[in-house]
Amino acid sequence: MKRRHFLQTTAAATVLPTLLGGFSIQAYGYSPKLAALTNAATASDKVLVLIELNGGNDGCNTVISLDQYSALMAARANITIPESLVLRLTPATGLHPAMTGLKSLYDNQKLGIVQSMGFPNPDYSHFRSAEIINSGSDSNVVLNTGWAGRYLDGEYTDYPNGYPSAQNPDPLALTIGGTVSSSLQGPKLNMGMAITDATSFNQLVTGDVEPAPATPYGYELTFIRRMKSQSQVYGPAIKQAAAKAANLSPLYPAAGQNTLADQLKIVAQLVAGGLQTRMYVCNLGGFDTHLAQTLGGTNTTGGHAELLNKLSIAIAAFQDDLSRLGVQDRVVGMTYSEFGRRVRSNAGLGTDHGAAAPMFVFGSKVNPIIHGTNPILPTNAGVDDNVAMQFDFRSIYSSVLKDWFQVPQSTLDGIFGRSFPYVPVLLQSTASRSPLAKTSPNEAHRDVQNFSVYPNPVHDQATVTFEADGGHVQVLVFNHIGREVLRVVDRTLERGQQQLKLDVSTLAPGPYYCHVQEGSHVSARLLTVVK
Amino acid sequence: MNRRAFLEKNTAVFTAPVASTLPKVAATGPTPPDGVELSNSLDDGSASAARTMAGLGAYTGPWGPVQAAHLLRRALFGPTRTEIVTAAGSSMAQVLDGLFTPTPAPAPPVRGFVFDFTNVPMGETWVTQGWNPFSEGWRTLSLRTWWMAQMVESKTLVEKMTLFWHNHFVVGLDSIGDGRYSYRYLTLLRQNALGNFKQLTKDITVEPAMLKYLNGNGSTAGAPNENYARELLELFTIGKGLVTVPGNYTNYTESDVQAAAKVLTGWQDNGTTLSGYFTAARHDTSTKQFSSAFGNRTIADQGDQEYKALIDMIFDQAETARFLCRKLYRWFVYYTIDATTEQNVIEPMAQLLIQNNYNVAPVLRALLSSEHFYDAVNLGCMIKSPIDYIASMTRQLEMQRFFPPATDPAAYYGQWSAVMNQTGAQDQSLGNPPNVAGWPAYWQAPQYSELWINATSLRVRTQHFDILTGFTGYVHLLGGAVHFLKFDPLPLVASLPATVASKSDALIAELALLLLPQPLSPKQLLYLTNALIPGLPKFEWTKEWNDYVANPTNGVIQGGVRAKLLALIREMTELAEYQLS
Repeated sequence: MKRRHFLQTTAAATVLPTLLGGFSIQAYGYSPKLAALTNAATASDKVLVLIELNGGNDGCNTVISLDQYSALMAARANITIPESLVLRLTPATGLHPAMTGLKSLYDNQKLGIVQSMGFPNPDYSHFRSAEIINSGSDSNVVLNTGWAGRYLDGEYTDYPNGYPSAQNPDPLALTIGGTVSSSLQGPKLNMGMAITDATSFNQLVTGDVEPAPATPYGYELTFIRRMKSQSQVYGPAIKQAAAKAANLSPLYPAAGQNTLADQLKIVAQLVAGGLQTRMYVCNLGGFDTHLAQTLGGTNTTGGHAELLNKLSIAIAAFQDDLSRLGVQDRVVGMTYSEFGRRVRSNAGLGTDHGAAAPMFVFGSKVNPIIHGTNPILPTNAGVDDNVAMQFDFRSIYSSVLKDWFQVPQSTLDGIFGRSFPYVPVLLQSTASRSPLAKTSPNEAHRDVQNFSVYPNPVHDQATVTFEADGGHVQVLVFNHIGREVLRVVDRTLERGQQQLKLDVSTLAPGPYYCHVQEGSHVSARLLTVVK
Repeated sequence: MNRRAFLEKNTAVFTAPVASTLPKVAATGPTPPDGVELSNSLDDGSASAARTMAGLGAYTGPWGPVQAAHLLRRALFGPTRTEIVTAAGSSMAQVLDGLFTPTPAPAPPVRGFVFDFTNVPMGETWVTQGWNPFSEGWRTLSLRTWWMAQMVESKTLVEKMTLFWHNHFVVGLDSIGDGRYSYRYLTLLRQNALGNFKQLTKDITVEPAMLKYLNGNGSTAGAPNENYARELLELFTIGKGLVTVPGNYTNYTESDVQAAAKVLTGWQDNGTTLSGYFTAARHDTSTKQFSSAFGNRTIADQGDQEYKALIDMIFDQAETARFLCRKLYRWFVYYTIDATTEQNVIEPMAQLLIQNNYNVAPVLRALLSSEHFYDAVNLGCMIKSPIDYIASMTRQLEMQRFFPPATDPAAYYGQWSAVMNQTGAQDQSLGNPPNVAGWPAYWQAPQYSELWINATSLRVRTQHFDILTGFTGYVHLLGGAVHFLKFDPLPLVASLPATVASKSDALIAELALLLLPQPLSPKQLLYLTNALIPGLPKFEWTKEWNDYVANPTNGVIQGGVRAKLLALIREMTELAEYQLS
């Protein structure tokens, strides 16, 4: 796929809201000017689906570290899944038993897992964390725009003038479920079109509006709703696409049972119906499991299990549908959550706001491996202990944009403020690949080779030794609550043995994690600072 | 198909395929909308079929936030929360007393635009300066901008009625091209906003702006110009009735137009003294004969007093009172006037107007305290005009605090004009109705105010909020301080009681009362909750908000809470309900 193909059909935008079922519909679309510049002829058919898990997913109970089961039991026995019930992916790593659908996708090489995705300085505020993860900012920087919105705005500065056009009839991106995603916020205008729910979608397709009372108020309300619906510029395109395809998978639950499945169903229908929309944002809420995330006993039932089950069923049905509709090679998806949860559970069978957590990448074109290692869990976790980040979320975003939409590195650097290590989360066959992308699909999580920190315990200076592959390497030090305290290296290193000086003289005594990441390879060592 | 049949047939949902083809009854549609069922009736349960017959009798039902907000939404340009709470805690009579309290004349507009190359310094008023061909455009813009600010600032009925009179006694400010005339004209309307209709008609007849706008200044005995005479009868006073035979409009005839034109000869405007003046030599001194519509009355020559006799004669006709009362009804209640409303509301209003010798305040007060006005079917049914939309949003969200101070005239006028221009972008240029009939939304059957809603206006309405909440807001660059007009919801929400601001349900309900004319449905509440706290339990809002309250200057915490509040308010302003008042 050529970059210009992406450019011709994706665009920056503004809010063109109308009301659908009393709720807002917003759209953003394509630039005819850019389409002309790029001499648009062939549309790209790649689609990226983002699934936001609102509330902060408990990663330790989602992707389970079997190799540290005793640490899990020490930290969270009251909610830990019995070892025998974990769905094993590898001897060391398994999935929550509610996720048989995802297990099956993994077995069929349609699921990748990115361990411990997060950002360097975790923030326990939902709002702030969601802002960080949707804006693509550093923890100490407030950006009012979303990472996708910035990209689109930079490419399509003219929007919305002249949109949609004959060349670019479809919305660039759709949020399905709730309001428009803040990841799509552009510098000037919100760039997303949102379809609230299946009801709104049906109304968009049928032209119906919400019932209103039979009063002058209701009469005018109906009039305004109709006008809003009719002035939704992308309504006809969506309607047209919906008319061209119907869902084929029998795996979808009945409507109303699983909101994520209902959302993904719409995505599959629109993709198969030929809508050229590049990005879809869906969501599943309720992951803020402070209380009763399990019902006790075997801990395999309860709120968290239900959510993971919905997630698994929805993605499995969606993937099945894409396959039956013949479009599975065009679509990849990934999940993300504003943060993970604390290693140690609380007394209420719940978990509190934490740091990094695993994410899922799904589709026939994903690199179906586990990226990174199981998080290092303290043998006796305290209430503050967090899962430290292995992969900066911006590494994943930028790698996906690069591989799926062929976005050049210079553009990515602009979107994310700087360069982040490439991670081959997608399978690619094009020539423009970094050396790391040669990773075989079956190559499992490999540790960083010959990694050591010496001396350890350390007083003020240690040496970090490891083998580099010649790519972008991050060497970071996190404290026990997952906060980045030192950034030793964040750049491309030559292939071969590296010996880096690690100055810990500014650090207070205590336990730390020294973490080295290159591509999918991440290793961490417990490092004790003494004074 | 009459309106009642339509309503009854569509109790669940209106299913007509295209909005613009929805059936409507004409202005005087025959059937009352009785038998109407309310599926989202108000809290007080006052909605009932019988109440739809309600007339001008005094409203004696419950008085609370719903009724107070209804009154203030119609009487002001979007009440603030404080205004609603205060009004709900007072009696209806007290609230009306406040709305009818005379207000001192505002300080005049000043030069606020740096490109207005005039001898008037920035910040000084131009209203008494000489005509300046290079400045009049800027002065008119200054006046229109200032006017917008007056509407937002007003806490009484005066500004809503000033705009009413402007739409009634139309003068196109841009078209007359003289800011001083326009200021005089607007001052006349404002001074008489709650005054005497008959006197205002007399004054406006010889007002220089009107003499210029409708060519009264060129009407002489030898060549009477019928323009003003025709509009006086057709649009300003008695109105056109049914055409019985060509030239006979029931309430007046073509010969009456000609006779009135003769009465009005001799008047001109003086650009130096800024006044209308009479020249006897230009006046038709013959005796003017009027038709049977006016009892075959005659008006003999009375020189510069003669126009008053004409107006007295017109105001002797009860139809003149009815004509104005229908317009007032459409301005304050709803555009559909069925036979029941005509009988139970319009006619009593007209009689009251006549009894009070055309003083409008008693009539307005009766309407705004009537059981008809507070009937559930009349709540929230008015589509906001562009001016109401823009001014209301400014007031409701208490955005005045974000405008530059008047002491920085360049920034003040720059930003107020940017906001004022949003009304023109929706086809309601303040000060410039499309013609002498006023904005069609107040007379064009069957759509009336639905004319305000189309793809363009909806986009402008939404974009206004998006600009206000965007990266830079509205930007003022030249002259005075650089200024970014942005809306920040934090002061507004922080001013709410802590128990309201910190609870998502209470907060959303409070904002709904402020912004929307009817209560939210459970589905809407769920949707809006999800906009505020996507996928999170409600206690997380409390936690995040309290965190902000404890750390009010922490920019990062501010940012998170602000973004969520903006998302919530954006969704509320994009509800179809937000277009209604």
